[in-house]
This record gives sequence, structure tokens and C-alpha cells, in this order.
Amino acid sequence: MKSSLQKFKESYFLYSFRQDKVAMASFIAIIIFIILAITAPWTAPMDPYDANNIDIMNSEIPPSWNEGGEAAFPLGTDNMGRDMLSTMLYGLRTSIMIGIGAVSLQALIGIFMGLSAGYLGGKTDAILMRIADIQFSFPYLMLAILVGAIFQIVFGISRYEQLAIPLLILIIGFAEWPMYARTIRASVMREKNKEYVEAAKVIGLSKSVIMVRHVLPNSLTSLMVISTIQIANAVMSEAALSFLGLGMPVTMPSLGSLIRSGFDYIFSGSWWITIFPGILLILFVLAINLLGDWLRDVLNPKLYKG
Amino acid sequence: MPHLLELHDLEVRFALRTGDIIAIDGVDLTLDKGETLGLVGESGAGKSVTGFSIINLISKPGYISKGKIIFNGDEISSYSDEKMREIRGNKISMIFQDPMMTLNPVFTIGFQMIETLQAHRKISKADARNIALEKLKKVHIPSPEQRLEQYPHELSGGMRQRIIIAISLLTDPAIIIADEPTTALDVTIQAEIMDLLQELCESENMALILITHDLGVVSQVTERMAVMYAGKIIECGLTDQIVKHPVHPYTEGLIKSIPGTVITPGCDLVQIPGMMPTLTNIPPGCAFNPRCYLKEAICTTKTPELKDAGNGVWAACHMR
Amino acid sequence: MNTDNIILSIRNVVKHFDISGGFLDQIRFKKGRFRLEETTVKAVNDVSLFIKKGETLSVVGESGCGKSTLARVVMGLYPPNSGEVHYGGKRIDNLNHKQMLPFRKKMQMIFQDPYASLNPRKTVQQTLEEPLRFHHPELSGNEINDKIDQVMEQVGVDQAWIKRYPHEFSGGQRQRISIARGLILDPEFIVADEPVSALDVSIQAQILNLLMKAGRERDLTYLFITHDLSVVRHISTRVAVMYLGTICELAKAEDLFADPRHPYTKALLSAIPVVGEKRAKQIKLKGEVPTPVHLPTGCVFHARCVYANERCLHQIPELLTLDNGTCIACHAVEENRIIS
Repeated sequence: MKSSLQKFKESYFLYSFRQDKVAMASFIAIIIFIILAITAPWTAPMDPYDANNIDIMNSEIPPSWNEGGEAAFPLGTDNMGRDMLSTMLYGLRTSIMIGIGAVSLQALIGIFMGLSAGYLGGKTDAILMRIADIQFSFPYLMLAILVGAIFQIVFGISRYEQLAIPLLILIIGFAEWPMYARTIRASVMREKNKEYVEAAKVIGLSKSVIMVRHVLPNSLTSLMVISTIQIANAVMSEAALSFLGLGMPVTMPSLGSLIRSGFDYIFSGSWWITIFPGILLILFVLAINLLGDWLRDVLNPKLYKG
Repeated sequence: MPHLLELHDLEVRFALRTGDIIAIDGVDLTLDKGETLGLVGESGAGKSVTGFSIINLISKPGYISKGKIIFNGDEISSYSDEKMREIRGNKISMIFQDPMMTLNPVFTIGFQMIETLQAHRKISKADARNIALEKLKKVHIPSPEQRLEQYPHELSGGMRQRIIIAISLLTDPAIIIADEPTTALDVTIQAEIMDLLQELCESENMALILITHDLGVVSQVTERMAVMYAGKIIECGLTDQIVKHPVHPYTEGLIKSIPGTVITPGCDLVQIPGMMPTLTNIPPGCAFNPRCYLKEAICTTKTPELKDAGNGVWAACHMR
Repeated sequence: MNTDNIILSIRNVVKHFDISGGFLDQIRFKKGRFRLEETTVKAVNDVSLFIKKGETLSVVGESGCGKSTLARVVMGLYPPNSGEVHYGGKRIDNLNHKQMLPFRKKMQMIFQDPYASLNPRKTVQQTLEEPLRFHHPELSGNEINDKIDQVMEQVGVDQAWIKRYPHEFSGGQRQRISIARGLILDPEFIVADEPVSALDVSIQAQILNLLMKAGRERDLTYLFITHDLSVVRHISTRVAVMYLGTICELAKAEDLFADPRHPYTKALLSAIPVVGEKRAKQIKLKGEVPTPVHLPTGCVFHARCVYANERCLHQIPELLTLDNGTCIACHAVEENRIIS
């Protein structure tokens, strides 16, 4: 009897991962990004959220290798005098938090809707999927403005700072759940006609048990692929919202709001405020997408056996 | 007289990450003009791979690692892909289990038939159409003119398989390789298709290699047969002889395990214990030895060669 | 007829499937006007039969004749459009989920495709203990394991493999596990839907022997669905031949194979290839099987039958019982028009 660890070591999954240098590189990159994000409070040279650390006199210092750069600020400082490197690390942390949070919310709603629609079929299917269509045809920017406005009225602008992260998670989560619902529905419809589902019915199991215990676990592979891509999308959406001023406040910058705050200064020569967070964002999203591509290839049921 | 097709010590390997596996292990076969040959075996025995390797259609990671395939005196196993195309679908045609593998659902039957012909011959469209019509009549398709305008999905399974046979006849091939041509069809249609194939072989003097798991079909259609097990031919010769007096214990078990052959209804069927080994762990010696009731010490050490068992049958068994 | 012995009876069951899809798909443009048109597959049309305790009743027919649908109606997987299904004297087709549970323990099903009938994400252990835990929550872990061991042994699967997933098994072994799942609740009635047609020849014999052995040891009653007539001949007590959703002949197995009466049965039997025999003259059928969407009028077989006449075109033949107990639905047989 082989242990599951040993089985994993011999699996096709791991083998093809080892064969694919791009997948390995992007996986390592993602791990590094995530470690950096998690450990930011301890590793970052300074805490950009702490007003005591910020000296406005230090604003717009170029990167250390440029003329006028200072060794204390390796990537320079932004317009408020915050160390770019620290701010970016904190920004990455915020972006990843929002990305994962939003995708979890999308998955939760999407799985529930998709599973019910796909398995129950008929009218339930029609109604749920029309809701999904409506949601999808609704621009998420409009949703963001609407929800953002409601939030600010209900909780007041002063508390917006604390509520920005959950707010963005809600907005992006609600905007994109139909992706999940459709994917899950498609694979549930494939699975539900298989004989093992009939076998479960013959045993007498109830619909909800069959849905959750039999159909759902077999529909999850397709989720892994879209989850990676959806995280990348969510990070991008967050950046876009923040860039438009609808996302994270400048005092608690995400990568997006950092790019935005630097954008005003790009023509005055302070390119680093925009470019560095921009590069970080691109690298992060690229790594996720590359890993997602590989995952889609390897989980393709036509290629993947056992 | 030289044979129409000869397979000499053919070996096909599949290069997997865990190392090569041998799918076909030293197969020798001959086929004469107008002859019908059955290739029988269970799934994974290598019968389809043998069929595919003849026209060099083995998909990666498979490759022919040893041996020769000689067609009309030419060694076609060494042909380039370019040169092979003159043989494949032209002098040697193939019929698959699923007609939709060959038929393109977005084109009409007529278009596909004309296209096939024009790919192999310089011929005008009108001439190609006439040949197509003639072949459709040969396979007894009612109102052939009308069929040319139809799409594959408008036809029934049996009709599609007839169309496939008509397509394979277009270039007047010397050999047709039919891989489980009736497995997806119902028994009444299966009988009709088999009759048709048999009739065509006689009228066109065509050779047929019938790859199937169904011993009943083989025994009714073919003159000679070869039984494959774990990549090797373990028995070959005249079909009538093998079916009535099988030599190899595997063939014997296979025939007796069919309901309605030797056992009265309701009683236990003769069964071969165990199952065919996977190609990755074929037992040493005779591959069949763990399931064989005649097994002796030699069977586990020495691989048996095909030897003459009399009455035009050759079998690879130490004990018989 | 002694009705005490009847374990299952099906009365005038009709099952049609609506495949016309949504509202928009139903719109047709015909004769200058739009109208709504439903497309229904008439899978089972007015089928009645009964199964006696301890017998094996086989339903044979070609693909699309409705035999698998009939099996699923019996198991309560599809509700019939009309007609009744009675089990042990009680009507079961109109029961709700809860009321059906006691019958679920007694009736089990074995499926065709051993690759699809086991949940790929569950180990053998999980697959086998699920029905036990559901129907017998009072059993302890040990009792459940004992039961699983016992059934595994009976179907010939090594108990050491209990923690493995289905993809680690061959088709034959999976079918054994599938049978084990069917037996684990100690049912008295089993519907087997083409249980051997996906298997290799040498494995088929093993599985058929296993089913027959289980039938003897456990005193099981089988409803056996298959297209393979040689299998039917071997295992059945009685055989029902279906064509396009109706039963055309129902007879004792030996009677049916010795003396088929219905023109369709005759054609079907003549088409089976028998090992070692050159084919006797096959009875050729005209044309092709019509689709169950547009059923022919009268006898569904008339378009392909050489004996068909005016009456067959208009009047649906009823299933009549002959002297030897054979039931047959054919005007030509009734009128003695068939000369064999």
C-alpha cells in the first residue's frame, strides 16, 4: 500500500510540473510574492501606515542608484515621503488579500448557484442563470460606484479607510461570480448524467447529499484552473478600481492606488512611483496566469489519466 | 507468389516517462490478395496497434522499433510520411469503429468523397462524383444521389458505416483494415455490414484485415485468423480449424467462455481466471502462464515460439 | 396464475422524454405561421410485464428500444408518464423520497459502464459503506467493516484493496465492486443494466458467473437488460423482446430461442453470429429503425416487416398469450399468416 505522499511523488501532476520550467518558475515567483506579502510588517524597512515614520521632506527621492538617491530608500520614495519598497510590499499584501478574498467570495456564490442550477435543472436553472447573465452584463465599475457610494453614506467617509478592503472584496466578488457559476454548472451537467450519480439515487440518498458529496467533488478540477486566472483578474480589477480612485485610499495603498498616486508625478520626472509598483503588478499577474495555463493543460481530462 | 502484405518481426514501442513499453512484440503476419484475415484479442492485446502500424498511423509516443512491413514487395515501414500518403487511404484503406472519426460533420457526404478522390488522383469533379455514386451503389445505399447532398448527422449509424466503406472503396484499395467496424452497431445492422464486407472482398478481390474482439464475427467472415495476447500472436491459422479445435489454452478458454457455445444455459460458464497483464508488467516466459491451467515450470522461464500444430494452425504453447 | 409469487409488476407504463428544450427552441415555422411544437422521445409505450420471485427476466432489444429507460422507471429513477409499478403488491411509482426508502433497500441496480458507475473520488471503502451508513445508522464501525469484508469476498475482490480508488482497478474488478455495492444492502431484487457489455470476453464470463452465483446464494430476482442474445439465452428464465418502446414477444427462454414467433425476434435471432458456424441465411429487415420521436402508426414494426398488411398499418397489436405461455404482439401471428 503506497502512502499518499509517495503516490503524489510518482504522479503525472508532479512529473509534468517538473518538466515545465515556466510553470516551476512562475510557481516559485508566486510563492516568493506571497511570502513577501505575508512577512511585509517584519521585513519592510518601514511601516508606511504609521504617520510617525513619514517625513514629507523625504518626498520624491529617486531610487538609490540615481543621482540624489539615498541608501535608506533603495527604490526611492513617493510623493508623501514613504519608502517605495515598503509601500510596495504593503501594497502587494493588500492586493493579494483582496484578490484571494474576492475569489473566495466568487467561488462561494458561484459554486452554490452553479451547482444548484446544473443539478436541479429546469426552472431553477433558468432563473439562476438569468440572474448570472444580468450580473455579467452589469459593468462592475457601475456596481463599484454604486456600492462605494452606499457604503460611504452608511458608514461615513471617515471609516471608509477601515472598510475599504472588505468593500472591494464584496464588489469584485459580486461582479465576477457568474464565471464560477457557469463553469461549475457546465461540469455538473456533465457529471450528473453519469452512472455513479444514478447509483447514489438508487441507494436513496437525498438530492443535497448527492450534490455535495458526489457531484461537487468531481466538478472541482475545472475550478482550480479558473481560480488561478480569477485571482489574477481580481488583482487587476482591484488595481483598476484603485487607479480610478474607487478602491483603496492613498493612506493604505494597494498596488493600484500606488500606481495612481505616482501617475500625477510621472511627467515631473518621478517615474519610479508608478513604474515600480506597475512592474510588480505585471510580474505577479503574469506568474499567476502562466501557472494557470499550465494547470489547464495538465488537468485537461484528455491528457491527464489517473 | 509473394504475399501482398508481410509483417516481419514487427515490434512497436511506446516511449513513456517510466521507460519504453512494448505494445507489439515480434509479430509476423502475411496476407494474400483477396484474403480475409481476422485479428482477435481483448482490449490492450495490441490488435489495433498492429492495424495502425501497417499504415504507419501510430500516434506518439508510439513508434515502430524493429521489424519490417512489406507491401507489394516494397518495404513501406521505411517510407517517409510523404510517400506513405500514397499508400494510406489509397492502396490500403482503414475503417474505424466510430464512423464520425472519419466523417467530418460540417461537410456533405458528396464533398468528402470527392475530396478524398481528388487527394489521391488527378480527376475532374464530375468524374469523381460518378465514381462516388458507383461506390455508394456498391455498398447498397438506397437513393445514392440524394445521400451525396446529405450531412453525416442526417444518417443512421449503419448508414454512416456504409458510407465509410464506400469512401474506403473509392481508390480501389488492395487491402481494407477494419478496426472493430461493427462494435458500435446493433446486431441486425452488424450482420448486414459484415455481409457487405465479405461480399465486397469477393467481388473486388480485396484483402480484408478484420480487427475485432468478437469471435463470432471472425468465425463467420474470415478465412484465416490470428489471436493476440499481450502484444504477441499466440495462435494463427485457418479460422475454421482454430474455432473448432483451438490449440492454445487462451483461445480455447476464450471460445468456451462465450455463452451458448459449450455450456448449457444456467450452468456456470467456463472462465479464464484473472485478467490480461498490463503491458508494463508482462510475466516472464509465456505471458499467459498465470492464467493457464496447463502451466508447467518451463512456461514461467521460456517464451514459447509459434510452431506448427498441424491442420494449418500455428500456436505458441509449450504444452500443446 | 399465482399472484403471490410476483415480486414486481409493471402495468401499462409509458415514459416519454421532452427534448424540445426551452420555449425558444419549440418555436417552429410551418405553413406560413409560427407555432409551438414539443419534441418528445417516446421511449417506453404501454409496457406491462411481471417478474416472479427467483426468476431472471431479460429484456433484450437494440439500442434505442427503451430497455434501459424501462429499467430506470422500475428503479424509480424516472417517474413514468402513466402506468404503475408495483413491488411486492405495493404501488411504488407514486411514492415520495421518504416512502421509497424501504424499497431502496430491497431493490438495487448494477450499471453498464464500470468506469462511470463508481465515483472516481471515493475509495472502495467509502463507496461500499455509504449505503450501509445511510440505511443502517445503528451499525457500528466494526459491523460495517465486517459486512464490507464479507461482500468483497463474495464478489472476489481482495480486501486489501479497500483503500484504493476506482482508477486503480481494471474494468472487470470495477464491475465486481459495483456488484458489491449492489449486494451490500442484501437486496432481493436487482436490475442489471447491460452489466457485461463493456467488458472483455474472458471477463464477461467471470462476471456472469458471479451474478448467477450471487443469485443462487442470495435467492435474488433479476431484471436483466442487455442487447447480447447469447448472454440472454444463458442466464434468463424468461425473455422480453422490445422494439421501439413496446414488447413484441415475451416467452420462456428455451421457447424463444427454439421457436421465435414474432417476425422481429426471428430476424434478431438469425443475426447473432455463432462461433464455429457459417451463418445460416440471415433474415434481412427492410429499411431502418424509425426514431422514437416519430413513432409509426399501428404496429411499430410494420415498416420493416415482410408480413405487414393494412391492419398492421393502423391497429396497434395487443400482447396476446398463446397456449405455451408465450405472449406476442403481432397481427400476423394472431391471424396465422406466418408460414415458417
